[in-house]
Order: sequence, then C-alpha cells, then structure tokens
Amino acid sequence: MAETSHQEETFRVGETELRVIKGGQGKPLLVFHGELGFPGWLQWLEALAKKRTLWIPLHPGFGKTPMASWIMNMRDLGAFYARFIREQKLAPVDVIGFSLGGWLAAEMAVANSGQFGKMVLVGAAGLKPPSGEIMDMFTMTARGYLNANVIDSRNNPEFAKLFGGEQTPEQFEAWEDARAETARIAWAPYMYTQSMPELLANVAGLPTLILWGKQDPVTPLSAGELYHQKIAGSKLVTFDNCGHMPAVEKPADFIKAIESFLG
Amino acid sequence: MHIMWFTERAYHYLPEEEVLKRRSFFGVPNTFFDAEKGSQLLNQYLDEKIYSDELGFDGVMLNEHHGTPFCMGAVMDVEAAVLARATKRVRIVLLGNPIPTVANPLRLAEELAMIDMISGGRLVPGWVRGAGSEQLANNANPAYNREYFDEAHDLILAAWTRPGPFRWESKHFHFRFVNPWVLPLQKPHPPIWIPGLISPETVKWCAAHKYPYVALATMLKPTLEIWDLYTAEAAAHGYQAGPENFGYLQPIFVHETEEKADELGKNFLFGGGFANFARPEWMFPPGYNSKEATRRLASLYANPNLPGKTLVPQHLHSMNDIAAIKKAVYDNYESSKESLQIITGTPKSVMPKLRKVLEVLRPGIFSFWLDGPSPRADRLTCLKLLGTEVLPAVREIGKELGLADPFQVAPGSRPLAASGRPERVGSPEALAAI
Repeated sequence: MAETSHQEETFRVGETELRVIKGGQGKPLLVFHGELGFPGWLQWLEALAKKRTLWIPLHPGFGKTPMASWIMNMRDLGAFYARFIREQKLAPVDVIGFSLGGWLAAEMAVANSGQFGKMVLVGAAGLKPPSGEIMDMFTMTARGYLNANVIDSRNNPEFAKLFGGEQTPEQFEAWEDARAETARIAWAPYMYTQSMPELLANVAGLPTLILWGKQDPVTPLSAGELYHQKIAGSKLVTFDNCGHMPAVEKPADFIKAIESFLG
Repeated sequence: MHIMWFTERAYHYLPEEEVLKRRSFFGVPNTFFDAEKGSQLLNQYLDEKIYSDELGFDGVMLNEHHGTPFCMGAVMDVEAAVLARATKRVRIVLLGNPIPTVANPLRLAEELAMIDMISGGRLVPGWVRGAGSEQLANNANPAYNREYFDEAHDLILAAWTRPGPFRWESKHFHFRFVNPWVLPLQKPHPPIWIPGLISPETVKWCAAHKYPYVALATMLKPTLEIWDLYTAEAAAHGYQAGPENFGYLQPIFVHETEEKADELGKNFLFGGGFANFARPEWMFPPGYNSKEATRRLASLYANPNLPGKTLVPQHLHSMNDIAAIKKAVYDNYESSKESLQIITGTPKSVMPKLRKVLEVLRPGIFSFWLDGPSPRADRLTCLKLLGTEVLPAVREIGKELGLADPFQVAPGSRPLAASGRPERVGSPEALAAI
C-alpha cells in the first residue's frame, strides 16, 4: 500500500524559518516530536492521515529548522509555537506530543489551554516522576538511548525500519543536533518543569488523553499517573508489555485509542 | 625559556582491569577510593612540587579534573594556594581552570587574586573548556560550553581590571554588584596561558588574545600545523608570533639506567593512559562540539557504530578479553617512543630526543610530564635528574635556539614584517629529519 503523500513546507515564525511536514486530509492535528527529532512516517501517521491533516513541525535547532538562540527553555519553545498557531489561525487545534514533545504540549496548555481543542500526551516528559527517574539520555549515545526506549529493540519491524542497520553520518549528525537542542532547553532540571504539578490546574476543561507504556523505562508510569491526577477529567490509557514508544511497540492499540478519543 | 614540570595527581591504588573493562577512568565508582591513601598521595604530590622549587624549575604546572582517579586535583586552586605559600620562586601555572563548569566566575576571580597575592605575584592562570566528562561531573550544560567560556573569561578579566563597583549582566552570568576588594598583585592582571589538544577554534581565539598556547603532548606534525594556524591568525591581528606564543608538554621518564627509565615509561600507559580518559559518549556530551567537529566525528565513526554500541572504533568492541586490551595498550609503547610521544632514558640519552622536539616546535614554554603508578622513590629520582641534569641542558638548547619565553618577550610584541607575511615559528625541516 502506498504511503499517503506528505511534504515539507516552510513557515516563518518571527525570525525563524520553521520546517513543517504536512500530509493527509481533514481537520488539522498538530504533532510534536520528541527529544531525538521526528523519527519518520509511522503506521499511526498513515492511519490518522486518512481523516486528519497532520502538521508535524520540526523543532528549532533539531537540524532542519535552524536554531533560535533565544529559545533557552520549554516556556520559550512553547511561546514560539503559540505564535505559530496564532499566525496560522489553527486554534483551537488538536495536539499530540511525544516525550519531550508531550512536555511542550503540556507547557503550552498550562499557559493557554484555549489554543488546543484536544490534547494527547504520550510518555510525556515535563513532570518529576513521583517514583523512578527519567532516563538520562545525555550519558548515552543516541543509538544506545533509542534502543533502551523500547522493551525489545531487536524484534520489532517498525523499530528496525526506522533505526535498524548501520548508522549513517547524516543520522549521527541529526541526532547530535537533536541532543544539543534538547540540552539547551532541558538540561536542568532534567526534562521537567519544577512547578508543573501546580500549573496543571490551568489545563482543567481541556479534553486530555494520556497514553503510557506500563513498563516505560524513560518516563516512568508514575509520571503518567500524576498527569492524570492533576489534569481534571483526563483519561489515562496504558499499554502492557510496552516501553516508551507505544506508537512503535503497540501500533494497533495505540491507533485505536487515539481514534476513539479524537473521534 | 620557561621550564616547568607537571603531573596529574593520579590515584594509583586501583585495579587496572576496572579502567580497562570500562575503557574509561571517568566513571570508575568512588567506592574504590581509600581516603587514607588519597591523603598520603595528595601530600606526596605537593611535596614533589615544593622539591622542584628547590631544584630550580621555573614553574610548576597544575590542572583540574573531576570524578576520576586519573587526577585527584578536583579543586586545583586549593593546591595552588598551598604552593603559593610553601614555595619561594616557582611560577604557579594553572592549565587550566575549566571556567564553563564554574557556576560563579566572580568567586574564581577572587580565589585566583588571593593566590597571586599570597605567592607574591607568581600566578599564571589559564582557562579550558573542560573535557566533556567535566560537564557531566559538574552538571554544566555542554550546549552552552563555548558561551559560558567566553562570558566567564570576560567577567574575570573585568573583575580584575575594571574599577568597581559595576554591574555585569551577560546571557548566562548576572552580577549586579561586582567590586572584588582583593585584586591580583600582577598588573594589569596575571599573564594568561591556554592549554589544549590543538582544537583550531581555541588556537585562533588564543592568537586573537595574544595568549600563549600550550599543546598537551600532541603529535608533532599536527602540532606544527596548529602553530602555523596561530601564526597566520596572529598576523591577521597585526603581530608576528614567536616562541613566546607557544608551549609544549612532553611526557618524559628519566632514571639512572635505560631499563629503570623504561619501567617508568611503561607505567605511563596504566589503564590505557590518556586514550582511556573517558568513554566517547562522556567525552562528547550534547552540543559540546561545534557543528564542524560533529561532522568530522560523524564521518569517522558512522560505520562501525552498531546498534547499542558506543562510538569507539569497532575493533575495540571485539576485544572483550581484558588481557587482549591490555596487550594492545602496552604494544603501543615502542611506537610512542619512536614518535617521541614518550621520551625515556638516562639524563644523557634523553637529550638528543629532547633537542629534536625543541628544534621542531621551538616553544618558549616547555613542561616535563611525569605520570604513572611508579614508586615514590623512582618519581623523586626522575624529578631530581630532570632538575639537576636535564633542565640545565634544555636551558642551554633554549638559548642556542633563541627560545624566548613570555617573560622575556611579551607575546604579541614582535612586529610583523612589512610584507605582512608572518615567519613560521616551528620547523618542518627538523620534523622531516626525524
């Protein structure tokens, strides 16, 4: 089956030329990628593209979109995208954020929940887990970190398609760009906003779905449960025998959960 | 010529296998540290420095590392403060303070000013970006390493030279009341030297600031090339570089017999030596390298990097047998001697080799480097022979070759030829003759 066509477009946000991957049809769905950049066109994107136009911005500093040196923390990055949403007249837009991208969505929601229609957080960073720790990507290679994201990196066709084989120089460079930009905005406190538990009260009323691998080794499930507890009316769905990448590790269940939530 | 000596303040009481199996000194758990032994060693190292003052060295060189048995000098300024009071003549040369990892550069400016005052104006401070692992050990954001470096440097110099009180608000450092009472004795500020592993960016920065650059035991050919880069950049800034702009650190092991000297020399490779300083993922934390350096690394390491592996060349991964790794490390010894990366011998036999290095690089600053888990008595013998026999002979070669140090000729004070073309400082002809 041929992939739904998707292409890169450039949007100006202030001084920055933001690169956005766009594809599909229907109401826009904003997708925030995680700390190692946009991994590629996955099964769930293919499924969602039938009903939704996917807007996948490539974060500033992650390689394709140039770095914006004024962006030094997650609030700054959130403000950058708030401007993008406002200027593109996307609000209220549905959003789904993965890991660091989930933190970004949460940070934007606490600043102005009205800019979103519905929010999906997948293994989101942003909260200090009440138990366990967020895995430290900065003491590992990008490859080592990716492999440790999932329960079984060796026997997963989608994972192998995305990250298998020998690392190319281009891949190495892209990952190094991603790691550097993640360090700029998430070095300390590592991957969370200290005041997030209190700030999440401002998200009340925004329909929120929280998706989590039960065995997530990167952002422990306790953080997902805290998001669920702090965002009134949110729904938590967990996947058994699943790590930090339910979209790759449990694609069918993942797609089902999102489709039933977004309608 | 300014002649000094250097040692990492290594913690030796460690099974070598613990380093080899990790391919890294950094990250060896500190449960291997015995404070009694550490205390004895730190005092031994200080005694050696004090002894070298008596032997007639011009300087003692210190450095700083964190979280590693490779070097216990985690707060080098503490050692420098002791030496400031306990020595009489030597320059106390700090190569260097890792300023991007220091959260409060103003406090560092005050520490150094106190050391300069207590020593009677014998301090030579220097700055480094810090190895990648230092960023992790201090939780200093490596993605801002270069910015921290530039800003901390500017703040320290301002604190020393700009009348206070004044306000300092840069991107990363915010001080609204800068007025350190204690200022360096040397005016306008102590001379600054910069050490490094010949990164082009740092070398160009040094030339622009007229700071002498001290290459840390790097291979002769690329070192010579970097001298040329410095010299060209100096010319672009309107001056002719000379020996006073360059320094070199030379691992050297001297004893009464060749055999004993070789024992010391082989100890230098303990645990893989500097090559096993830290694993690549700790040496290159996110954003620490420039884009250009990352691109160079990408092409070097792309193919051997299999899933889940680190960035070290593939052939090391198959060497799971510690004994085989150890053999590979020590098999390197003879070739390191041939390339003069390590010099060993009696006071007499080392001189022709030292002369070669001096003829190739023509440095005005020269440091002996003695390291490795050798017994205390052997280290003292080495130091004594270096101070009493090798040092005077090196000083004579320095005079013969016209190797002025930064105290004899101010770096940046040589006029550029009318043509604007700089003269080369090192000698490729001398290198070709080796």
